[in-house]
Formats: sequence, structure tokens, C-alpha cells
Amino acid sequence: MTKLDAKIPAGPLSEKWTTHKNNLRLVNPANKKRIDIIVVGTGLAGASAASSLGEMGYNVKVFCYSDTPRRAHSVAAQGGINAAKNYKNDGDSVYRLFYDMIKGGDFRAREANVYRAAEVSNDVIDHYIALGVPFARDYGGYLDNRSFGGVQVSRTFYAKGQTGQQCILGTYSSLLRQVDKGTVVMYPRYDVLDIVKVEGKARGIIARNLVNGELERHSAHAVILATGGYGTVYYLSTLAVNSNASAAWAAYKKGAFFGNPSFVQIHPTSIPVLNEFQSKLTLMSESLRNDGRVWVPKNKGDKRKPVDIPEEERDYYLERRYPAFGNLVPRDVASRAAKERCDAGYGVGDTGLSVYLDFKDAIEKQGKKTIENKYGNLFEMYEKISGENPYETPMRIYPAGHYTMGGLWVDYNLMTTVPGLFSIGESNFSDHGANRLGASSLMQCSGDGYFILPYTISDYLADDIRTGKISSDTPEFIQAEKNTSDKIKRLLSINGNQTPLTFHKKLGKIMWDYCGMVRNEEGLKKAIELIDALKEAFWSDLKVAGKADELNQELEKALRVADFIELAKLMCYDGLNRKESCGAHFREESQTENGEARRQDDAYSFVAAWAYTDDENPPQLHKEELVFENVAVKERSYE
Amino acid sequence: MNIKLKIWRQKNAQSKGKFETYSLNDVSPEMGFLEMLDYLNQELISKGEDPVAIDHDCREGICGSCGLYINGQPHGPEPKTTTCELRMRSFKDGSLITVEPFRSRMFPVIKDLLIDRSAFDKILIAGGFISSNTGTAPEANSIPVCKKKSDKAFDMAACIGCGACVAACKNASAMLFVAAKINQYALLPQGKVEAAERVKKMVAKMDELGFGSCSNTYACEAKCPKGISVSAIAKMNREFLHAKIVAE
Ligand SMILES: Cc1cc2nc3c(=O)[nH]c(=O)nc-3n(C[C@H](O)[C@H](O)[C@H](O)COP(=O)(O)OP(=O)(O)OC[C@H]3O[C@@H](n4cnc5c(N)ncnc54)[C@H](O)[C@@H]3O)c2cc1C
Ligand code: FES
Repeated sequence: MTKLDAKIPAGPLSEKWTTHKNNLRLVNPANKKRIDIIVVGTGLAGASAASSLGEMGYNVKVFCYSDTPRRAHSVAAQGGINAAKNYKNDGDSVYRLFYDMIKGGDFRAREANVYRAAEVSNDVIDHYIALGVPFARDYGGYLDNRSFGGVQVSRTFYAKGQTGQQCILGTYSSLLRQVDKGTVVMYPRYDVLDIVKVEGKARGIIARNLVNGELERHSAHAVILATGGYGTVYYLSTLAVNSNASAAWAAYKKGAFFGNPSFVQIHPTSIPVLNEFQSKLTLMSESLRNDGRVWVPKNKGDKRKPVDIPEEERDYYLERRYPAFGNLVPRDVASRAAKERCDAGYGVGDTGLSVYLDFKDAIEKQGKKTIENKYGNLFEMYEKISGENPYETPMRIYPAGHYTMGGLWVDYNLMTTVPGLFSIGESNFSDHGANRLGASSLMQCSGDGYFILPYTISDYLADDIRTGKISSDTPEFIQAEKNTSDKIKRLLSINGNQTPLTFHKKLGKIMWDYCGMVRNEEGLKKAIELIDALKEAFWSDLKVAGKADELNQELEKALRVADFIELAKLMCYDGLNRKESCGAHFREESQTENGEARRQDDAYSFVAAWAYTDDENPPQLHKEELVFENVAVKERSYE
Repeated sequence: MNIKLKIWRQKNAQSKGKFETYSLNDVSPEMGFLEMLDYLNQELISKGEDPVAIDHDCREGICGSCGLYINGQPHGPEPKTTTCELRMRSFKDGSLITVEPFRSRMFPVIKDLLIDRSAFDKILIAGGFISSNTGTAPEANSIPVCKKKSDKAFDMAACIGCGACVAACKNASAMLFVAAKINQYALLPQGKVEAAERVKKMVAKMDELGFGSCSNTYACEAKCPKGISVSAIAKMNREFLHAKIVAE
């Protein structure tokens, strides 16, 4: 086990980034033209990085799997984006935002990165406004903020329930502007399947053109992965159904360490599973918990309609267990509490796997109009999906896989352990520790892409001004292409009986049952066995319709599921290794008498960064010790 | 419920394509339309047939990927609903459902129900942005924006780029799509600076690509899943006229 160097600059926390920027090397405008950069992903992270790098004068190639960059899954973010503007004059500051994220992440994130994310948050908002993003305003014409994610200040900027979509339209427009200028070339409908290393450095990718199925080699001086999260490992999640881990997984297999893979946020308020063909769990914004009250019947298996169950026979279990925070406890706490009630047999709905979120009292107190103004679009969305009217009967909700705090390990410069391979946005592990605070992902993705990576990557590229074009005809590229092509051939030649979807569903169930909201040693070990068996079945009984040299969505799925199966096992290893409970990672063996998470700082105050060995042997653990110099490490209590 | 599906099958952009009919039993009314097609695809694969290709991703009405002509209407029968948001309870047991890709000469078919909408990106590349480099922005609250205008700009920005407006229009006009963007920026002080240039460039690109003109049938508004109002088009025409006058 080696110790990892995160390259955190010396000096006081609040001066680290400024000092670091002053010391980073630059690339002059004439030399930038000689440098090629590949960006994979066009979410807030990828599009912001690509457009900024284009503006600076680099040659940028951008890849995404959708038909246009605007469809990246960042569009789905509803709630908002944080910044430390202190527009509400409620005592907010960069330090407080930093502190809330560190505490929210249950003291498992790197101080210096989190502070920097908070520090650039204000620039992000300024930039979005300049790009024409229509965030909500008050009657004086100034920007409005709301409180989000159970923090004590109002620092969340929002655009109705469409904050992600509006931010994306901002980053996408700046990206297209660079396409117009010729600094950025777009490659939509491409799946990036491998990373190519030359002399130890990341120098390109292998991508499959999804329209004609051809494999292409693309070279560059550096590669940036902005490929989002891997929550679809659970099959059902709040993510877009094509979200995948394949590019990140390829990076891992090429030597990039994977940080805290088991840290997954399970969101408490998603619409529950309604039928066996369900392909997606739709999120109901967390903001609903500001006015909705969560309950289940006090009697097991009570089949009455919710409106017929009298007040005294309802168990408002969050208010009961957490009187100080009530319905506004953090996501992980709310999720586990819902699971606890359902497992104990108090769940509602046909499956018994949901709880009520009730607006009756809020409507009585504030009037239907007010509630409609606040949540009208969410209520409409709920009704479209469930066929039930939440003004009249309580919503039914259940937790769903939502956000992966884990991801590629990066140092302070956002570079992975492979030189020249960077990772930004949700695809890296860096800013959210063991649990992400609401509205801080959009902020991190945009900050990474607009205001951090452009500086740090230039320092790396300063060594490459005399390198010249990287050829994609070298043995490394040819070999990587061959490996990918062999893998595709192998998948197509199995000719078994089960479709990729079938395997994905099975994998999802294993992960949800044993590496989901609650974990324990026995379950995780069992999951590893089940995953091994599933992998064997996958490679011997898979059926992929169609051919390699055509548009083939079954093959796309097969490639993704193959990687998810391997990633799932790594997640279990990580969960098994971390015997403490922290944030969203709840190990049954490590809880208090009241069933709350018990962190073990003496033993586990580190980032677990896993290194790939080979397909037969377990991964190797490397530790990045976390040092807290600026905050007092505390128990996270919400009772 | 049991249904019959008449689905457009086309191997690739070059081939001709035709309708095929399939029966599907035990469809649950709770299923989404795309989940019903997932189900069909699993059935087809098990019979050794090629599954139907469809564009989709978020499956919650926000990414704009999905878009099918269902019984002759873009996104099907429900107002303000994308294909992925549509549930099978909108159809009767025993019904025959016709499923085609968005029918428009501007959106060529790539395979089956999957189409090429890159023309939309091309229009936006011509000018659908505010020219502000990273790092140049003034403090966000330094320019107040009247709430009414800002809310209106949001309504215009709600477009998800699905293309239903073009598909609904007998002229294959992209006026609603373009007008929404023009208006969003024209309403905001940040976007005003380039407003005249923007409208000229985007309209010219739209014409060059071969999108048709608007003959006021309002079919676009009726099928827009985000309810963007055709009033945008009249405003864009004014912006355009103004830009021309200023230029001359
Ligand atoms: C329903 C929902 C609501 C949310 N709400 C909020 C919120 O209110 N506030 C908040 O801060 N956060 C929110 N989040 C989290 C936040 O939206 C995401 O973490 C963030 O948008 C991720 O952005 P990204 O740029 O890292 O990746 P994404 O936006 O996911 O983009 C990934 C990109 O990578 C591309 N890609 C992936 N794999 C490949 C491959 N192999 N080859 C080629 N291209 C590939 C995709 O095409 C896409 O362009 C929410 C998340 C969900 C799911
Ligand atoms: S799949 Fe995203 S809008 Fe339908």
C-alpha cells in the first residue's frame, strides 16, 4: 500500500488556490494552437471545460454519446446550484459553504478541493448570468435564492424546476460558439471505449461511431473525462438510462485509480417502482420536503386509502425520530429511515416499498394556490407518471440511486494517476466526500470546467509545446483499437439466450440489495460471489442482436453492462474494506444504539483509491490520508 | 392490455423502409410508451428479430432525445407530454398504435425510429449564443433584470430541442424553435447587444438549411411538449425587421 500525493499546495486554506494559480506554468497563445485536447462528455463539466479551452486557443475535440451535446444528463437537475454570494445577507460566506460541504460529506473529502470549489462558485454564477441563463429573480430584478438541502442559509440559485437544463443551455451555447469559431470540433453519437497511453501518458482514445459502428482512433496531448456518474449500475436510478461508466472504467484499467467507488447517494424522494418493466426512477425534488410530511401507517399492512387513515394512526417517523430536523434531515438519513419502515412491514402501495409524502397540512395552512406556485410542475410530473393527483392524495415515494460521490481519483490539479488524463464533474471523486450536499454538483461541475481545469491543464501542457502532433498510427493506438474490436467480436459471438437488459436488471438487484442503502460484511461478500457468477453467465449466455458495423443499440448496452459488472465488484470491495459507517455508506456493523451511523475516524479517515491489477486478482488499495486543519471533525448528529 | 403496433422499420439512411405490424400482449397501463417498446424489443430479440432503434435517454421529458410520431401526432395524443412521459393508460385495450419517426424532410431517418436532428445545432452554431468568454462576466447582480422579462425569457428557454414543432408543421418550419432562442436572448440585457446580428444569422441559416416558412397554423405550439407560445414567432419577426432596418 502506497501513500498517495494529492499535491495540495502549502499555505493557509484561503490562499492555496491563488498562490497555486500564480505558480502554475502557462502556455502562450501561439503554442496553444499546437496543442490538441480531447474532452469526453458535454454535461456541465465537459461543455464548460471544452468551451473555455477553445476560448483560450487550444484545439479541442468533444465527444458525447447523444445526438447533440445539449442532451447530457445535467439537463435533469431540478433543484438548483449553490454559490456563496450571501445575497440574502444571512451570514453566508465561502468558508460556510466549504464547511457545509465538508460536514455534509461526513468529513471524508479533501479540504483544499472543497474550499476551492466554494471559492469559484461565485464566478460560476456571474458567468451563467452573462451567458443568459434565466435564474429566478425577485421583483427588484435581483437574483433570488432558496434554501436547499437542509442548510441554514439560502444560497441556492434556481430556474424553476429546470436549473440543470438552463445551465446546460448556457454551457452548450458557449460550446457552439467555439464550434463556430473553429476551435472546437464536435463528435456526437460516439461511445468512447478506451483510453490510449503512449510512454505512460494519456494520448488519445478509441471511440465507436454509433451511426456506422466504425472504431476510430483520436489522438491528443491530453484527455479529459467528464462522463458523469455511474448510478445506473443499479439499473433503476434517477440517471438517464444511457449513463455509463465505460470511459472511466477504461481509464481505471489503464492505471487511473478509482476513489471511494462504494460512495453512492441514494435519494429519498423518487417515484417508486410501479411495474416490472420500469426503466427509470423519476426524482421528485428534495424541495418538496420543505412542505410535505413523510409518514406510514402505524399498523402493519394497513390497506386503507391514505386519506381514510386518521391522524392518530399515522407514523410521521422522521418527525418522531429526528425532532430537531424533522422532514428535512439529510438525504442519506431520510433514505435509510424509509427503508427501515418498509423492511419492518409498514410500507405502502402494492409492493409495500413506498412511503407517503403528504401535502394536506401545507395546503390547509398555505392554500392550494401557494403550493401550486411552489411545486406545480412537480405535482404535474408526478400525476403524469403515477396517475394520482397529489393535491388530493399523498404522493408515494421511495429512495433511488442518484449520485456517485465515488469516481476517478484526482489530485488537486484534477489529474488522475495517469499523466495527461484529467477527470472533472461527477466522474471524479473529489469534492463530496461520503455524501453530497444538495445543489453542489452543478456548482462543482461548472467550477471544474470553467475556472479550475483550464489553469491546471495548461501547467501540464507546458511540457508539450514542442511535442508536435501525436500520431494515432503508433502501435499503442493500433493495439488499443484491436482490443476494443476483439471485445466487440467476442460479445457478438456468444450467441446465448439472455439480453444485455436482463443482465443489467440482475446486476441492479444484487447491488441494490447488498451494496445499496445499507451494507454488511456478509451481504457484500455474497454480492461478490453473485457478481462473479453473473459475469460468467454474461460471457457465456449473452445474446446481442445485430452486427458490429451498424447502428446497434443492443451492442451499446452489452458494452456498458460488461463494464458495470466489473465496476460493481470494485464497489463491493470498497464497501467491504470500509468497516465504518460514514455519510451515505452505512455499515450495519458500525452504528450507534439508536441505529445512527458511527464513523471511525481513527481507522478510516482516508480516501480509498483502488488500482487495477488484472482480471483475476483483487484490486490494490492505496490510501490518501485526509488531514483536517481548518475544521473540527465532529459527529454528524440530526437527532 | 393487448395492443397491435404498426411500426416504421428502416435498416439505414439509404434503404427504403416500410411498416411492420406486431402484436403485444399483457401491456400494463402503468408502463411508459418507451417501456412498452423495450418490452416489444425483448420479444423481438427472443424471436431472433432485429429490435427497433429509438432515441431516448432521460426518460423524464427533459433531454429532448425521444420523439415519435404516434398515431400521426408528434409525441402522441397528450398535450404538453413527450414520448417518454406518455403512459400506456392513454390508449385503449385492443387498440392499433401507429409508430413512426418524426416525419420531416429536415430530420432524415438514420434507422427505424431514430432520426438526424443536427440541423438544429447548425442553426444555433450560426448565432444562438451570447459572446461572453469565461472570465469576462461582471458581478451577477450588477445588471438587474425586470422579473417579468426574466420569467418570459425562462418560458422561451424551456425548449428541449426535440423537434416536435418542425415535425408538426406541414411546411417543416423551425420558426418556433428559432424564435424561442431569439426571444430568450432579446429579452435579457446580456443578450441585447448582439440581438440584431443574431436574428439575421440564425434566420439566414434556417433558410439555407431548407426549413420551410410559417403559415400560421399553430400546429407547432399545439405539439410543443413545453408549451412554448407562437407569440414568440411574431416577436422574432419584429426583431428581424428591426435588424434589417438598423442595418440599412
Ligand atoms: C435527476 C437528477 C437531479 C439532480 N439535481 C441536482 C441539483 O438540483 N443540483 C445539483 O447540483 N446537482 C443535481 N444533480 C446532480 C447533477 O445533475 C450531476 O451530478 C451533474 O449534472 C453531472 O454533470 P457532468 O457534467 O459531470 O456529467 P453529465 O451531465 O452526466 O454528462 C455526461 C456526459 O458524458 C457523456 N458520456 C458518458 N459516457 C460516455 C462515453 N463512454 N462515451 C462518450 N460520451 C460519454 C454523455 O454523453 C454526457 O455528455 C441531479 C442529478 C439527477 C440525476
Ligand atoms: S427521453 Fe429525454 S425527453 Fe424523452
